[in-house]
Amino acid sequence: MNRMLAIVEREMRKFFRSPVLMIMSMMLPLVQLVILGNAFGGKIRGARVAVVDYDHGPQAVKVREAFDSVAVNIATFTTIDYQNENQARDDVRTGKVDAAVIIPAQYSRRVYAQDAPRLGLVVDNSDQFMSGSIEGEMQSLVDAMNQPVIQPRIVNNIALDIVELYPFVEYMKYLLSGSIALAMYISVMIGGGMLYIDDKARGVHEGYLVTPISKLELVMGLNIAGAIKAVLAGISLTVIGSLMAGLGVIFHPMALVQLFALILGTSIAFNGMMFLMMVRVDDPLVPRAMFGVLNTLLFFPSGAIYPIAAFPPWLRAIAVVDPFTYAIHGFKAILLKDGGFVAIQYDLLFLFTFGIGTLLIATPLFKRTL
Amino acid sequence: MTAVSASALSGKAGAAASAAIAVENIVKRYGDFEAVKGVSFAVEEGEIFGLLGPNGAGKSTLIRMMTTLIPVTSGRALVGGYDVMKDSDAVRRMIGVIPQALTSDQDLTVEENLSIYAKLYSVPRAERERNITEVLEAVDLLKWRGAQTKTLSGGMRRRLEIARGLVHDPRIFFLDEPTTGLDPVSRIAVWEMLNHLKKTRNLTMLVTTHYMEEADRLCDRIAIVDHGTLVALGTPVELKQSVPGSNVVEVQFNREDSEWQGRLQKLTGVTEVQSQSAGVYRVLTSNGSQTTTQLVELAASLNEQLTALSVQNTSLDDVFVHYTGRQLRDEQVKAVFTMPPRPGAQP
Repeated sequence: MNRMLAIVEREMRKFFRSPVLMIMSMMLPLVQLVILGNAFGGKIRGARVAVVDYDHGPQAVKVREAFDSVAVNIATFTTIDYQNENQARDDVRTGKVDAAVIIPAQYSRRVYAQDAPRLGLVVDNSDQFMSGSIEGEMQSLVDAMNQPVIQPRIVNNIALDIVELYPFVEYMKYLLSGSIALAMYISVMIGGGMLYIDDKARGVHEGYLVTPISKLELVMGLNIAGAIKAVLAGISLTVIGSLMAGLGVIFHPMALVQLFALILGTSIAFNGMMFLMMVRVDDPLVPRAMFGVLNTLLFFPSGAIYPIAAFPPWLRAIAVVDPFTYAIHGFKAILLKDGGFVAIQYDLLFLFTFGIGTLLIATPLFKRTL
Repeated sequence: MTAVSASALSGKAGAAASAAIAVENIVKRYGDFEAVKGVSFAVEEGEIFGLLGPNGAGKSTLIRMMTTLIPVTSGRALVGGYDVMKDSDAVRRMIGVIPQALTSDQDLTVEENLSIYAKLYSVPRAERERNITEVLEAVDLLKWRGAQTKTLSGGMRRRLEIARGLVHDPRIFFLDEPTTGLDPVSRIAVWEMLNHLKKTRNLTMLVTTHYMEEADRLCDRIAIVDHGTLVALGTPVELKQSVPGSNVVEVQFNREDSEWQGRLQKLTGVTEVQSQSAGVYRVLTSNGSQTTTQLVELAASLNEQLTALSVQNTSLDDVFVHYTGRQLRDEQVKAVFTMPPRPGAQP
């Protein structure tokens, strides 16, 4: 027991003496949280839409008034008058404008005659996000203009009333769970993977192996130290990230206990996984080469950035065995929904089982000799 | 193994049961490659025993088998009476090991480094403090107790490694090339310190080295290892005496001539002539001064010029050449690089 604690003591003294690991493990997740959270969270604003009016009638004026209303209110787009449809189309192609609306000749007459009036919208669909936003905005304008002036006594259209359980979740808040898990992963990757192999290469382990320390004491010492480092990284990012994203849940004692349980489970799972992968590795280049691959393979399929439901089946299969998935689901359940232990019980079960399971496999593989 | 070395071994082998270290026909194989080929020797209590050989001779493999770091393929090694394969934990409890590389944690202080190792050896808390103070005093690092290891010089770090290996008061101490990378002054300081430790702590030490001077000055007995085999064993004096001739005359002529070897061989007292590169000959003789006089006269009579001449006592280098057929220092130089000749330079 004392020997195991000596290993933990050595690792923790080194960790606190040199804060580089802590800073490095939080740098990427925090930058990601700030940049991606702000970049992906907003709506399209100030898109340039060319308007080619061949009609100039009262209904065309009504359309243009609706456009002006959008420009001064939600500001999704502003309009620029064009005289020529071909010029407008060319400018959409070259990116001078983001879309073009064509109001054809006889548009007003067709509206009054109820003769299938049509407006044309030219979009650059190579940018799905921009074209989708403009299409959506235009569709809602057209729907509004299609409403009859006098409402019929029997409503033909069925409306869907949406009840949102939680306040609007900004993308930064959505992303925070992934950032916490990522900080812990990086801490384990650097502290448990790279430094472990570097110590092996430097001969530090040789020093341990000539002492009477048992294999189990050595394995447990290294893993407990790695788990403590990951827990510290997880707690730090939970607090800093929650304050940055404006989440007050960290001030609720019960939520803090639940978050700590999740952080502990995640750190054990990540550490066990990393130890299993590194237990027979001797070359310091290997964990460095694996870093990016593992990050992509485990972080992105976990639902941290994009919902798992949108993935193809093979990607969903990775998500099922990926500890990131359960960590992120659990963090979201507490940080965004305050769901309590009921909401995270299966996540905790998976994380602890996964962590202990991988350690049980790795321990016999650990060599007590060089 | 040679007759002189065989007798040296057999003299000790009888006492193998009481020896601090007894290695019997030990073999280490990596696939088809045999790194250690049936080596046997015994180390007495309180002795400093040296394993001398070039890089890749198998010294580190031997020390790693004796310190339980790598399994023995065949044969047997007893350390403190315990079999390294069967009672590895008992062996680990009684040995201190200084690896070749400096592995103390640079971010920790001198005391923290020692304290962690004392805990790894389960030294009780009360003894820990006392032991740390004692070993720091022994290696002259007491005033650096609270200093971060990264602030120490190379020599001081090596002394810290030695202190770390002693913090649990071991009976047997293994040092794998303890002075590699140190400047001459630090090297001498380490030798003096190890000699002092041997006397004050009654330590048995096994040292690997490729420095002949180190083996000569530090070790009570030396085993010369080459290509995984033990080629000679004895005290430094015994080994030097085993080489024919008590002096070595090193001579260089301004002109290379294939007949020099034969001419030198005929001089009085000469037992062996070794031809080296660039017209240099090493002449082993029982009478250095007489051979030198004859050599100068011979050169004058042939109207040849000597460009270099030196007379010295037989060294371990000569012993190594005698038993292996090549020079230890050449092995080391070749291992680093081969310098191409300067354009236009005389051969």
